[in-house]
Amino acid sequence: MSAADPKTLAERSEEIYRDYEFTTVRRWKERTGGLAIGYMPIYVPRELLHAQGCLPVGILGGGDDLEIIRGDAFYQSYICHIPRSTIELGLNGSLDCLDGMLFPAICDVIRNLSGIWKLKFPDKLSRYLDVPQVFEPELGGMFYRHELEELASELERRGAKPLEPEALRESIRVFNENRALVREVYDLRIREPWKVPSAELYVLMRAGLVLPVEEFTAMLREYLDGVRADEDRKPMDQARILLTGSFCEQPPLGLIKTLERAGCYIVDDDLVQIHRWLLHDIPEDGDPMDRLVQAFLDDSMESPTRYIDERGKGKELVERVEGSRAEGVIFCAPSFCDPALLDQPMVVKAVEKAGIPWTAFKYAENNGQFQVIREQAGTFADSIKLWSGV
Amino acid sequence: MNKKEESKAAQKDSSQIRQKNMIAAHYSRLARAPETGEKCAYTFVPGNLTELLRSFDLLPVLPEINALQSAMRGKSRDYIRLAEKAGHSEDVCTYVKCDLGMMESGNIGPTGERLPDPDLLLLSYTGCFTFMKWFEILREEYDAPVAMLHVPYQGDGEITDSMRKYVVDQLRNKVIPAMEKVSGRAYDEDRLKEELARSAKAEDDLVAVLESARNKPSPIDAYFGGVYYIGPIFTAFRGSEEAVGYYEALRAEIEERVRLGKGPITPDGEMGPEKYRIVVEGPPNWTSFREFWRMFAEEGAVVVASSYTKVGGVYDNGFRHDPSRPLETLAEYCMGCYTNLNLPSRVDMLVRYVEEYEADGLLINSIKSCNSFSAGQLMMLREVENRTGKPGGFIESDLVDPRYFSAANIKNRLESYFQMIEQKRAGVAARGA
Repeated sequence: MSAADPKTLAERSEEIYRDYEFTTVRRWKERTGGLAIGYMPIYVPRELLHAQGCLPVGILGGGDDLEIIRGDAFYQSYICHIPRSTIELGLNGSLDCLDGMLFPAICDVIRNLSGIWKLKFPDKLSRYLDVPQVFEPELGGMFYRHELEELASELERRGAKPLEPEALRESIRVFNENRALVREVYDLRIREPWKVPSAELYVLMRAGLVLPVEEFTAMLREYLDGVRADEDRKPMDQARILLTGSFCEQPPLGLIKTLERAGCYIVDDDLVQIHRWLLHDIPEDGDPMDRLVQAFLDDSMESPTRYIDERGKGKELVERVEGSRAEGVIFCAPSFCDPALLDQPMVVKAVEKAGIPWTAFKYAENNGQFQVIREQAGTFADSIKLWSGV
Repeated sequence: MNKKEESKAAQKDSSQIRQKNMIAAHYSRLARAPETGEKCAYTFVPGNLTELLRSFDLLPVLPEINALQSAMRGKSRDYIRLAEKAGHSEDVCTYVKCDLGMMESGNIGPTGERLPDPDLLLLSYTGCFTFMKWFEILREEYDAPVAMLHVPYQGDGEITDSMRKYVVDQLRNKVIPAMEKVSGRAYDEDRLKEELARSAKAEDDLVAVLESARNKPSPIDAYFGGVYYIGPIFTAFRGSEEAVGYYEALRAEIEERVRLGKGPITPDGEMGPEKYRIVVEGPPNWTSFREFWRMFAEEGAVVVASSYTKVGGVYDNGFRHDPSRPLETLAEYCMGCYTNLNLPSRVDMLVRYVEEYEADGLLINSIKSCNSFSAGQLMMLREVENRTGKPGGFIESDLVDPRYFSAANIKNRLESYFQMIEQKRAGVAARGA
């Protein structure tokens, strides 16, 4: 078996993704002495952290392996699962290797978690990263730039390198290289989904949240080489679906596998969205901070967490359906996820108007039973194969 | 007059009658707007820009208020059912679903008259993520422009110059031009300043009323009664002469109760002896509001301070609208609303209330569909307990969805909580002896 065997890479990625000790992060710290900074979904400007010699570490909850012992004591009955498992990781020592946590402005639950973090971990950096909801450069742009400059100063006070423009430019280049490969692997999945099973792609992207970007880039290259060379991966008669709503709390891996086994090729999704949050490369010329800010304002995904003004809800999803040649949409949101569930009826309208079949269900990151979802997804896939275009 | 009638008569103190008349008149004015040609703006209570709207002669419509009014009139169950039938999840904010159901049912307001469609959706995105989604939904239903005001959260517990500038710039460059366009009037800063000066005057009197709860017995219930007191200033009247008059009269009324050594008036009349002094965090349940209040009153429990009465503005920390800095003061007002404060600041405020109002403890009403308030409240409870040494209680209900108000369960929990306070007192007394 060669080193580029995609299954081996996926297995290694799954080990990294399921490693609650964050061994790779601990090793990186031992090796470099740098700060490791955790962040919650969806997006933080990792280029800035990288330029200051920090390791960005994506924390997407505890998944289905983590036993919640203390996290439940922090939250009421009716709430999504990710804050419980994240606080559990904090309290059980898993996140001791992190020097700080960033909480991007995506919803009230993640927002309030930033306050809990401040109270429970007062010695660590705990920062709510407010992002603009108005996108004119002279309004939201100036505000966001100031937020980033404050973040950079805070990191420096805690021992990170000062933010230098040329270092930021170089980090933008490094992440552009990574983004290009991410796009390549997703494009390959659109073209030949049998080559890139979504369960593999998912664990690869999860590993990319904790590995240094340079290692992740190398891994993506290996993976692409491996799957292109793998002649055993043959097409099957599956329905092409777009999975949406899972941009924060992640579904258990078993759910993704269940959908594939139920006859669905996931050809586009919202999972581990940070890797694709920016739609294109960030220009490497000009003032790098301006470029970073501008990319957020003008070149970000149309997430339910962002205010959409004139364009109308759902148009972007319909375009993604067309772009990925999906035959149907599965709305797959975590229970009690305000952004996804409040968005859904508006987007469903647009999807229905476009004549696209859809179905919907909810999950929690620690779900262990998939029989009902398997039946629902199987029926949906069958209906697409049998009735689409009739 | 039988006992029931006597009880009803006892509730109708003059300030409450005045407040109800003011709000009813506003709803009638809204209903007549299509004939009178007055323009209206839908907007939210937290971070409302009432003085600015008034300076353009725009009438505010507050969807949360409509929702809670619907709940108090027993209509929210059907409205929510309609919204869920249309595809809205059972997991999300019931204010939103109640509002959508009401719209679907003809947009009939609490006075039985149809509310006008919005001429402007003023999306003051303050302290609640759902607000943004709510108006994205409404925008799809109405042919009205949206003016978005993004109010940054006090993540680090402070208002920075950058945050203030961001809000002021939005007001100047986006919100005011949108209001000018809809109203056909030019921005009149002198008029805005006059409104703001009146706001500050009313705010002085409101704070005096809320702080009257330091007395023993407290002359007010600062939660159940408090929602009536905040009604005018949190809705359409901040900045108006009517608000100034109302709060002057209310303050005089409460000061008279202090002088007479009286406790609060409850829906069932004068309250009996004050046994427990409680601080409450979280909004009330509106579908069973009187029943909920009665559970406290019957036990002799008075709420001496609450966070909910700060949701449309925190004034008891010294903030007042400042007419000399009109846009800056509006920005600071928005950023200072309770749910825009971070959790450590909220804990500080609750600790201060427990201590300054000499309360027996903190009770949290955790609202099922309001993550802005509820996410993290259990941790807040423990923090307040640890810092004050006073026992905390926790109950769960919802804003306007009657399916999530379990009267027997809540009553049991409240009784257990009051027993816990008794035990704590007994323990303190025993140690003292």
